[in-house]
Amino acid sequence: MSTAQLPAEPRTQTDKSSISWRRILWITAIVLTVIFSLAPILWQVLTSFKTNADIEAVPTVYLPTRFTLQHYIEIFARRPFANYMFNSGFVAVTSTLLCLLLGTPAAYALARLRLPGERIILAIVLVVTLFPYILLFLGLLEIVRATGLANNYLALIIPYTAMNIPLTILVMRSFFQQLPRDLEDSAKVDGYSTWKMLLHILLPMTIPALVTTGILTFIASWNEFLFALTFITRESMKTIPVAVAQLSGTTVFEIPYGAQAAATVVGTLPLVVLVLLFQRRIVQGLTSGAVKG
Amino acid sequence: MAKLELSHLNKTYSPKIIPVKDVSLDVDDGEFLTLLGPSGCGKSTILRLIAGLEQPTRGEIRIDGKNVTQHSPGDRNIAMVFQSYALYPHMTVYDNMASGLKLKRVSSEEIRRRIEQVSLFLGLGNLMQRKPGQLSGGQRQRVALGRALVRQPDVFLLDEPLSNLDALLREQVRAELKQIFESQNTPVVYVTHDQTEAMTLSTKVAVLSNGDLQQLDPPRRIYTHPANRFVAGFVGSPQMNLLDLKCEGKFAILGNYKIPLPGRMTPPPEITLGVRPEHVRLAEPSDTHTLQGKVILKENLGMSDLLSVKVKGAENQTLRALLPSDRPWSAEEVTLALPPDLIHWFDVETGDRLTSENLQPVY
Ligand SMILES: Nc1ncnc2c1ncn2[C@@H]1O[C@H](COP(=O)(O)OP(=O)(O)O)[C@@H](O)[C@H]1O
Ligand SMILES: [Mg+2]
Repeated sequence: MSTAQLPAEPRTQTDKSSISWRRILWITAIVLTVIFSLAPILWQVLTSFKTNADIEAVPTVYLPTRFTLQHYIEIFARRPFANYMFNSGFVAVTSTLLCLLLGTPAAYALARLRLPGERIILAIVLVVTLFPYILLFLGLLEIVRATGLANNYLALIIPYTAMNIPLTILVMRSFFQQLPRDLEDSAKVDGYSTWKMLLHILLPMTIPALVTTGILTFIASWNEFLFALTFITRESMKTIPVAVAQLSGTTVFEIPYGAQAAATVVGTLPLVVLVLLFQRRIVQGLTSGAVKG
Repeated sequence: MAKLELSHLNKTYSPKIIPVKDVSLDVDDGEFLTLLGPSGCGKSTILRLIAGLEQPTRGEIRIDGKNVTQHSPGDRNIAMVFQSYALYPHMTVYDNMASGLKLKRVSSEEIRRRIEQVSLFLGLGNLMQRKPGQLSGGQRQRVALGRALVRQPDVFLLDEPLSNLDALLREQVRAELKQIFESQNTPVVYVTHDQTEAMTLSTKVAVLSNGDLQQLDPPRRIYTHPANRFVAGFVGSPQMNLLDLKCEGKFAILGNYKIPLPGRMTPPPEITLGVRPEHVRLAEPSDTHTLQGKVILKENLGMSDLLSVKVKGAENQTLRALLPSDRPWSAEEVTLALPPDLIHWFDVETGDRLTSENLQPVY
């Protein structure tokens, strides 16, 4: 017994040490990546809680000892940030819903019905996504002026929906394509009508994909700056990105770093919460077993 | 209690893609019909036509004498088991089985009773509250089967239901399928490209090639009397020897040997000889017609050896023979006998079977 085991021993040792080396490399890589991508955000968060004195102090205070909510109070009490948040939220939610409502059926049709000219339609959809959106800007400005949509939520909702529909169609189409057709056939044989089949069989399976594309659309709409800056001039209707950009003092020496940081944090928080909330939905379901894996 | 009849079914997708050309079949109560053919020959399309998932270009489908060609799938009272099982991933096993019945407005008590009965039968009792994602491949297969059984349909359709199982499980489920459907007095149409499944399960086999029905017969007869060259080559493993031979008088010429043709009429200039490897045997002293050849390949199949033999005088003709491994033969040369009553003859041009009486096509 013992003689049989002997030759194996040295190998286990080298195995162990090589594994631990790997682990160290792994952990280092992870830590570096995390620092690289999260440091600016962490800096913003820290700044938003620092007192003005600490923010302006030379040498820089990296790890503050005093914390304050003053900046948050300022942006919500002295400025209508709650209002901005509502504007952003309303515009983003509406365009996201519209996008899914219009894009999903289109994607289903493109995936399942053998439409004549399907390739041409897809090519057009793809070209639209490649079009630099700055080039659309002047044309849209004219349209907004001509239709009198300025200072109307629709001036943002319509372009945001239009800009995100191609992505929705492409993502949802590839999702529908990988759904086994047998499922729909099985439902038909079971006696589901087309509508009931879409609602009771297809929709529940589609939710993860809807959430994923929905979040992408929401983030794009929430962060959009240029249209929001130009098409909306009334203070009470501005969105978060514009409001944050317009937070400034009267001179270069009075830039309200603290308030800006607080506004950035407040503007980012909903996105973080959203992703965390739906994280499990996004991963889950896509892999669950309708068919043999 | 129903009878399924297909008459002159045709499905044309485009002038070049005609997966079903002109198929007519009957399946009676308690009959188990297998559609057998290589992949792409239109088996699934026929099944989908029966189910109503596709509309035929021409032809008629009748269930129990009623023309259902224009009915939607849900109104035909059929149940279908798909190759991928197609279980609804967001529903529990129970709901998967119940969904079709609920739509038919079967009372919930009756639903529970039927599901209980079927799940007892299939051993699904403790899986009722699981989702398909939490089941193994074999269990999913059972649920798909159960979903069809609880429907108590007029016709069962199964599209390659075993092809996703591993070999061992497949054999076991195949045996179970046979038992299950023997107890259901309902027409069954089963699609497969696996001849073992076709042979073991069916009461009737329809061999298809390129959308055409080649032969419709009980499995035994498909094996013993293949209707044409295609069926002969497709059914049986290892594949039947099919040799194109010249004729001279009342003999076909294979190398240095003359094989007597049966029948009385003038033989054609050329003829196809078919003989299954398992029917070729080592010659015994009493055999009158024997042929010698050189062994060029020996494949060990466990119980028997599959020899590839070059017949003397016929350099480009190889004859394969399946010989029991316990019989001794010299490694170089063998003398083989072809039992005359187990030789099949086919027309070289059309591939049709030539009967031993008159060397004329059967039809
Ligand atoms: N909707 C369709 N449109 C065009 N061709 C099709 C369609 N469905 C099947 N086919 C073609 O019909 C032929 C037969 O397919 P199928 O019945 O699935 O074969 P099998 O089940 O015997 O493997 C294939 O060549 C396939 O490409
Ligand atoms: Mg098929």
